[in-house]
Amino acid sequence: MKALWITLTFIVFAVLLGAPVVRIAYGAWDEGWSGFSEGLTRPEAVHALMMTGLIVVIVTLINGLFGVMLALYLVRAKWLGPQVKRIMNSIVDLPFAVSPVIGGLMIVLLLGPDTALGSLLDQAGVKIVYALPGMVIATLFVTFPLIIREVMPVLQEIGDQQEEAAHLLGAYGWTTFWRVTWPSIRWSVVYGVVLTVARTLGEFGAVLVVSGNILFKTQTATTLVYEDVENFNLTAANAVALVLAACSVGLLLFMEWAKSRRAS
Amino acid sequence: MTNMLQNRWWSWGFRSAVLLYFVLLIVFPIVGIYGQSLSNGWSALVANLTEPIAWKAVILTAKLALVATVVNALIGTMAGWVLIRYRFPGRSLLNSMVDLPFALPTAVVGLMMLLLLGPRSEIGKWADSLGYTILFHEPAIVVAMVFVTFPFVIRAVQPLLEELDASEEEAAYTLGASKAKTFFRVILPAMAPGIVSGSMLAFSRALAEFGAVVLVAGNIPGRTLVASVYIFGQIESDNPAGAAAVSVLLLTFSFIVLWIVNVVQTRRTGR
Repeated sequence: MKALWITLTFIVFAVLLGAPVVRIAYGAWDEGWSGFSEGLTRPEAVHALMMTGLIVVIVTLINGLFGVMLALYLVRAKWLGPQVKRIMNSIVDLPFAVSPVIGGLMIVLLLGPDTALGSLLDQAGVKIVYALPGMVIATLFVTFPLIIREVMPVLQEIGDQQEEAAHLLGAYGWTTFWRVTWPSIRWSVVYGVVLTVARTLGEFGAVLVVSGNILFKTQTATTLVYEDVENFNLTAANAVALVLAACSVGLLLFMEWAKSRRAS
Repeated sequence: MTNMLQNRWWSWGFRSAVLLYFVLLIVFPIVGIYGQSLSNGWSALVANLTEPIAWKAVILTAKLALVATVVNALIGTMAGWVLIRYRFPGRSLLNSMVDLPFALPTAVVGLMMLLLLGPRSEIGKWADSLGYTILFHEPAIVVAMVFVTFPFVIRAVQPLLEELDASEEEAAYTLGASKAKTFFRVILPAMAPGIVSGSMLAFSRALAEFGAVVLVAGNIPGRTLVASVYIFGQIESDNPAGAAAVSVLLLTFSFIVLWIVNVVQTRRTGR
């Protein structure tokens, strides 16, 4: 019985998870090395990858900063009532429940060129939708809960005794944070950041809706893969997809490594 | 004194900045989409939803997501059980592979499925010889949904199995229960909350899935057009009201699912 179940599990994993990954790993070499490098070094691919990199940096910085601070407030702040904290705490999860396409639609509905806010900003010369700011906002929305959800449990676990002790001994807020709180939440922030980077790299639906997928302007790596497939340019799509997949698998392995190292 | 004043100004600034960020980024858009869908009244919302293409897309999505969820509930229960209970070479490798679908970009998943199930692939040829086409038909959508939601049930079941007291199982054996009976009377009830909450999350995710599905579904209205692709199409063809109506329906459903799962989990941990 035991052998049967283990074999069955292996088969499921091999067919469902293994086969697609193997297929994409060798599919990129259908036309040899030149097909692969051609797919990656064409100008639109270079631009799309740069765009994705830029969004990753901006989104990680902003959500890293605000995520850690909001997690701190939600766990520690005395100026927020418990009721308010509870409501905010459940709202934090909402982006997980929102389909990326709908997330993108929300931004278009609020800040699109046809809306009051959008036209106002347009007159001021700021383009949000179909430009970089909109794409950043959409990705910020989608990745918002990741860091908070990693940091909050750790903060709850360590309690606030050490922080209070530091405070009583006369340490300023900043010193307390850097010397006492930060060392204990450091790794959970790293996990949150890794998850945010992975999610941002792969974000597709929300970015597609908000960006309009304009070549050489708002095209990201994932939307380029989509366009290549629509144009039946499968080898080129596969090259970009392989790079994206390698990045996310690398990040996943890094997480596993970091977690096992910390556990031991 | 000046130091204190500075400190207070700083903390006020931070507090309002973080709260403002939270409200503008998360609360505002969600309220906005509900407002937009109701801006022309209930009747307009209902009219947008009763559009044949719209409700057919919603029904199709719900149907396929349900199939994918049942598949995942079965596979996930088995895999979760095997990964926790048995020790065998390759176990930790499989355990790390579980999270793969969450890590991979959905557009990449779509391309994988396209290459794997397409008419030129081995699976495609084999299905063709049996008289089926997978790609651009319902099976491809289900496979994509199963892949994307694969980790939910496993990850929900595993902690429950780890917690399960081995003595309960042993007691059942000692009292003469067969292996099957022990499984159905002792182990399965312990796993049930995980299977249910994992399945609900998987269902909600499958309903919302876009990237993996858009590339492998034929997107033929009324036949292989799923809800998220319908929403995308309505945005592209400049009909935000139609897109918002279906979005609100999906959103409300997802929020309810999330809420139920939360209630179940807090009740379990609060006990």
